[in-house]
Amino acid sequence: MHDIYNFVSGTLVWVSFILFTGGCVYRFVSMAALAKKKDPVIYEYMSLRYALRSIFHWIIPFGSENMKMHPVFTIVTFAFHICLIFVPLFLFAHIILIKESWNISWWFLSDSIADVMTLIVVGSCIYFLVRRITQPEVKFLTSISDYLILAVVAAPFITGFWTYHQFPGHKFVGIIHILSGEIMLVAIPFTRLSHMIFFAFTRGYMGSEFGAIRHAKDW
Amino acid sequence: MAEPAVNNTKQITDEGIVRGASKLTPEKIERVINSVLKAETGARLKTYVDICVHCGLCSEACHFYLSHDNDPRFSPAGKVKQTIWEILNRKGKVDAEFIKRAAEIASTECNLCRRCAMYCPFGIDIAYLLITMRRICHKLGVTPQYIQDTAHSHSATINQMWVKDDEWIDSLMWQEDEARGEIPNLRIPLEKEGAEIYYSVIGPEPKFRAQLIYQAAVIMNASGVDWTMPATPGWDNSDMCMFTGDFEMMARLKKIHFESAARLKVKKIVMGECGHAFRSVYDVGNRALGWKMPPIPVVHSIEFFYELIRDGKIKIAKKYEKPVTFNDPCNMVRGRGLHEMGRFVTNATCEKLIEMHPNREHNYCCSAGGGVINCGPPYKKTRVDGNRIKAEQLFAAKARGAKTIIAPCHNCHGGLEDIVHHYGLDMDIKFLGDIIYETMEKPE
Repeated sequence: MHDIYNFVSGTLVWVSFILFTGGCVYRFVSMAALAKKKDPVIYEYMSLRYALRSIFHWIIPFGSENMKMHPVFTIVTFAFHICLIFVPLFLFAHIILIKESWNISWWFLSDSIADVMTLIVVGSCIYFLVRRITQPEVKFLTSISDYLILAVVAAPFITGFWTYHQFPGHKFVGIIHILSGEIMLVAIPFTRLSHMIFFAFTRGYMGSEFGAIRHAKDW
Repeated sequence: MAEPAVNNTKQITDEGIVRGASKLTPEKIERVINSVLKAETGARLKTYVDICVHCGLCSEACHFYLSHDNDPRFSPAGKVKQTIWEILNRKGKVDAEFIKRAAEIASTECNLCRRCAMYCPFGIDIAYLLITMRRICHKLGVTPQYIQDTAHSHSATINQMWVKDDEWIDSLMWQEDEARGEIPNLRIPLEKEGAEIYYSVIGPEPKFRAQLIYQAAVIMNASGVDWTMPATPGWDNSDMCMFTGDFEMMARLKKIHFESAARLKVKKIVMGECGHAFRSVYDVGNRALGWKMPPIPVVHSIEFFYELIRDGKIKIAKKYEKPVTFNDPCNMVRGRGLHEMGRFVTNATCEKLIEMHPNREHNYCCSAGGGVINCGPPYKKTRVDGNRIKAEQLFAAKARGAKTIIAPCHNCHGGLEDIVHHYGLDMDIKFLGDIIYETMEKPE
């Protein structure tokens, strides 16, 4: 078990970080080059002012009409995304690991808050899953990959919670936790999770078209 | 053909689609799909397909979805799933039956109204994905017959309605003559070089709504503006080729339109109350020609009327008495933000404006635009049944007193007329030009 632990918490961490960073850079650069070649329209019409105007309206809870129409979804999705990003970056246990390795550290969440935030992520994933199964308009669009992505996102949080609370088998689950976190990182640039990279650009482009050319709102 | 339909939908009977599809082979389908995808699409299509998280939040943007009791097949992403996603997943290896259904979905069950772009959290341009499907269908020769006929007319005559060159001039002179009964010194100045305004209309105006040219002439004369109309092809600003996916022809039409205006050395183009034509001249066709913005400024009638009234060039004698409601046309509101100007004109000419809900950028499409009404009688039921929500929206406005619908767009006009009749709404439909003509002070 120690060998596996050392492998997933050593070599694989590096591999996953390199794939994540390199993947994001690659996806971004290759998409920008493809746009330059095939969709020059994006460069022509992208307007910083209107891109930011649109992004601003869509990253503020209830900033768009659609968010007002789906209050539960809006609350869940904002809570989910905030917790999803904050917990891994500001978790005490993670920061300790980094401090031990490189002697650098930063502000961290209290364990109890991180615990609640982890449960929010897991609960949100359950909400998304139920929504996917029960809402006809979502079910119609759903394929196996949607469930897999949901599992990839939920896994590090479920296993992290398990490990922290030292539930039975936590040593083994801890390894799964590290592994699943690595899988999720690598999945970001290469799956639908790449909306993390591209959201600002698709939203910004639509905002530019609506704002600068069409003189209309897009929220 | 007695083959059973593969989808659980009605049998497709449109001549253009059925006959076009009968000539397809799997090899041709695959070759055409992949050539369009490779040559004409790039980062936009790839990103849109890659990042869509299948959340379904675009659904309630679509009047087809809402009008079919939230049937997921009619949601924006649902339509993309049945068209573009499928051809990408199968790398173009789809059969003729699939193409028939895809042509119908893209051409008759989506108005390209772009409301869903305002509901997708990522701002995915779903209309772009469906017009790409139409483009593929065009290249495969599978387009609904009626709209294809108008596209043929565009190719042969440079106007949408098979109007011959002399008939165009005749129609203008006829309307000038008619209007002189009311205003004796009225002119429709043809081919006036250096005029400030080049007034262009859509093919159906001389064909069957000639009174709109009459009214426009009265408004132009009363306001004393320096205007002209061309006596050559290029007068028709409409563009069904943009909607069939015939982008080469679209560019040709816009080139002739802009060139006829450039030849007359006008300062700007003012367009009649048409939505899709505005989209074509202001937003889409100019891009196909390599112009970031139109080479000659383009002003839609809503904005033109707004300026005339604001500057006191038109005076209102007696306001329109019946309470009105204002239907925001997609292409001038989501397409140009003219909603407040439209309301300014309405309030200046009408006693009472009763808003329908939702309104402005969020108004529901009339279900006629995007070339859907041009797909003709075979699809009338599709678009009228597909817009029950518009009837409900209008019933609510009517319940609060609205008697007349102002629809400053030809397609809205045609679409709403069918909705009003089908659902028994019993409301009048008017252009802003109708109202201004009716209420303005006319020169003796």
